[in-house]
Amino acid sequence: MKNNLTARTVVIVATILICVFGIIGFPRSGADLAKNLSDNIRLGLDLKGGTHLVLEIQVQDAVKADADQSAERLKEDLKKQNIAWNSMDTPDVTKVEDAENVAIAIKGVPATQSSAFRGIVSERYPNYILTALNSTDYSLKLKPTDLNDLKVDTVKRAVDTIGNRIDQLGLAEKSVQQYGKAGAKYEVLVQLPGVDDPARAKELIGTAAVLEICDVKEGPFPSKEGALAQKGGILPLGTKLIRSKPRGTQDGEQWYIVAKTPVITGREMRNARPGQDEFRKWETNFSLSQDGGRRFGRYTEANIGNKLAVVLDNQIVSVATIQSKIEDSGRITGLGSEEEGVDLSRYLRSGSLPAGVQYNEERSIGPSLGADSIHQGIVAGLAGLMAVIAVMLVYYKRAGVNAVLALVLNTLILLAAVSYFHAVLTLPGIAGIILTIGMAVDSNVLIFERIREELRTGKSVIAAVDNGFSKAWWTIVDTHVTTVVSCAFLFLFGEGPVRGFAVTLTIGLIANIFTAVFVSKTIFDYELAGRRQLTELSI
Amino acid sequence: MELFKNTNFDFLGKKWPFIIASLVLTVAGFASILTQGGLKFGIDFKGGTLMTVKFSQTPPLEKIRTAFARSGKIKGEVTVQSFTDPQTQNEIEIGTELVNEKQLAANRLAMEEVLAATFAQPGSGKLDLNAASKDALAGRLRDPLARSGVPMAEPQLQKLVLDLLNFRDTPPRSGLITDFNQLSSVPGVNSGIMSALQQECYLAPYTVKKTEMVGPKVGAELRNKAVLATLYALAGMLAYIAFRFEWIYGVAAVIAVFHDTLITLGLFSIFHEEISMTVIAALLTLVGYSMNDTIVIFDRIRENLKIMRREPLESLMNKSVNQTLSRTIMTSGLTFLTVIALFIWGGPVLHSFSFALVCGIIVGTYSSVFIASPIVLFWHNYTDGRKRTAPVLATAARTDAARKSPSKAAK
Repeated sequence: MKNNLTARTVVIVATILICVFGIIGFPRSGADLAKNLSDNIRLGLDLKGGTHLVLEIQVQDAVKADADQSAERLKEDLKKQNIAWNSMDTPDVTKVEDAENVAIAIKGVPATQSSAFRGIVSERYPNYILTALNSTDYSLKLKPTDLNDLKVDTVKRAVDTIGNRIDQLGLAEKSVQQYGKAGAKYEVLVQLPGVDDPARAKELIGTAAVLEICDVKEGPFPSKEGALAQKGGILPLGTKLIRSKPRGTQDGEQWYIVAKTPVITGREMRNARPGQDEFRKWETNFSLSQDGGRRFGRYTEANIGNKLAVVLDNQIVSVATIQSKIEDSGRITGLGSEEEGVDLSRYLRSGSLPAGVQYNEERSIGPSLGADSIHQGIVAGLAGLMAVIAVMLVYYKRAGVNAVLALVLNTLILLAAVSYFHAVLTLPGIAGIILTIGMAVDSNVLIFERIREELRTGKSVIAAVDNGFSKAWWTIVDTHVTTVVSCAFLFLFGEGPVRGFAVTLTIGLIANIFTAVFVSKTIFDYELAGRRQLTELSI
Repeated sequence: MELFKNTNFDFLGKKWPFIIASLVLTVAGFASILTQGGLKFGIDFKGGTLMTVKFSQTPPLEKIRTAFARSGKIKGEVTVQSFTDPQTQNEIEIGTELVNEKQLAANRLAMEEVLAATFAQPGSGKLDLNAASKDALAGRLRDPLARSGVPMAEPQLQKLVLDLLNFRDTPPRSGLITDFNQLSSVPGVNSGIMSALQQECYLAPYTVKKTEMVGPKVGAELRNKAVLATLYALAGMLAYIAFRFEWIYGVAAVIAVFHDTLITLGLFSIFHEEISMTVIAALLTLVGYSMNDTIVIFDRIRENLKIMRREPLESLMNKSVNQTLSRTIMTSGLTFLTVIALFIWGGPVLHSFSFALVCGIIVGTYSSVFIASPIVLFWHNYTDGRKRTAPVLATAARTDAARKSPSKAAK
């Protein structure tokens, strides 16, 4: 018995130490303690403040772009083979769900050339399905498997792009993940705790997220007004006035007049890396897709000596002079520093968001609301806890101390679990904690009431304590298992907040069986050890 | 100290007044929901845009309403509401209806613009300190400080800005500074910094504390998932209780929990409280709580069935409820204390959450005694009654079986 008691004490002390370490680490000073605490117990957006965004990737954009490209190629192929057609276009779709309805409509192919036409399509476009609508009109649609691959790839690339962009915010914690219904995961969930400027975050993630390389018509000008004044207040047709992104080394603003239609866009950008030229000056190397390369080649050949601007979301990030014909790969030279080279290649890479985004959900919690919530939550929580402790001590006297210790240890284990599992404490999570504390109090009350009942029947103190625990045990098991079962379902079928609730509650209940039964019994045993003749128990 | 020692109240004998009270409450709740055209769903489930704005004085509601009405930039109806909670003094909620996703984002921007045009100084070229972010403020102060002869190293500047904003965001300021002199208590602020602040910034009389925008898809999905998850969870609990007790106990417990949820939802409608995602968490908590309470009583009934075989079921149940009465009162009382503390001091974020729990604990406690237990009793009386009218020959065998069934349940 004595040995058993020692073993149990070791288990309890070890648990306490592991938990305390998990929550506060090894603090060396008061400031250290506060820092460790806030690092380990991470608060959710609803408590701390920050931004929560759900974006829907417009995958139909990518499907349409692919169809457009194929249509362009098909036109060239048909021309080469002297096959005639009247019209070939891809109608726009606006909803994500309609992505599978994207089809190239080809009209007016002479019936006499139909077999030649079919031959080209089946040979050169194996991932498309050709349906004849009548003798001259056809519909060309991506195969379901290829369509699905394209959609999955689009969302993946979008998630990467958004992740890259958010990296530029330099945040300690952030999360970008795929979201939405199984089989139709076109949504991206972005969580940015502690971000106090949601507008900047949204801007960065992609208002338009469009990368363009445009022909520079004139510039730079020191101000928008200056540029307009030179042009007599009116911009030339087909041009726009945009500002270059301010850089560390450069003073004042710079404005350029550029062509409205870009030479190439981010869709055609395949890769970009920073590098150094022969004079050890920094540059950015980029490569283009086949199609884009061909177009870029034609353009640069005809415009040697002219300037090109790299425009990202309507801001010029770099201006370069065309020195030679550039086809599928090129370089932007004359960069000021390594940083500039790295930045530019990052823009070029991350700029190629494969489809537009739409905001389905946004929640921005201001930092002051977070601070208020924490303050109020702590005041209310402490007030409630104090009241519970006071009542327990008055009603159950000495035994009430057991309950209070068990309660404190339970909270400690819960917080440690939050820390070790890198979970985030949110409002629904706190709901789970409140129910845990309620059930922890309940377990103690159940046991104490049972012990009192046993004492009333005239049993000895030791027998009453043992019986009280063993009779309350199955009740505690039933209530806990029922709740854990329900938590399992909530976790499986619920989402977000509901899951957070289920997780904290499950951890809390497991901890509770340990504290209310194991720890509390051990404390009783300590008190009763070697005092067999005890006739009165403070309960 | 012991309050309820050896009580012997006839709980099940007094079940009817309580069952009728429950029915009345449920019907009242339903009537309230119907007359108000359904439950009042929060933005989480309804969709739309919602902005919580705190003003430095009593918010001029009429001025705000006319400003929004006049701007014409916002599609759909705009509602402006003030809070009644004393903790949310001078705060208002501005909401717009659900339109499509693209329009929602535009609405949200327009709302900010209208507020700024009405109350702030967007044309002054100064920065609103009550809306400034860390980066924006640091960027604003860097050059003026250098010019005015108080140059600061970057880390120093960052720390100063962080201190200033933390000061602004902690209670009692809670995001709103009304006078620059308040800032003099921030460590490191000297006259040079103060004059740079006054020169570069101004103090708008409001701050946006929270912005929420929920599109139609998200709202419907969240609601469906939450409801489905809860139904599955209830089915899971029913199965476990049926396995541990008898199936009728599982059914009774689930009906009791349904009853609690229905009454709480009715009370939400009667008191014009909104159903948000947090309220769903609170409802889940009350389901767990009520279930716990019911199981404790059922457990005692099961145990007593083993030791008091000759006792009629009704008086056995009464004894069980009385035996557990002390723990019922203690547990409910203690959890009620915690929840009431949350309700009083928890602030606006926890308001509807704690409201649900306050209702839930009261209803959940009495439903275990007056709803769940009577259902089991009714069922057993009904099956026993059928046995009594059965042919004589079969009676012996069946009463045998009836006697066996409680002991089977007691396993």
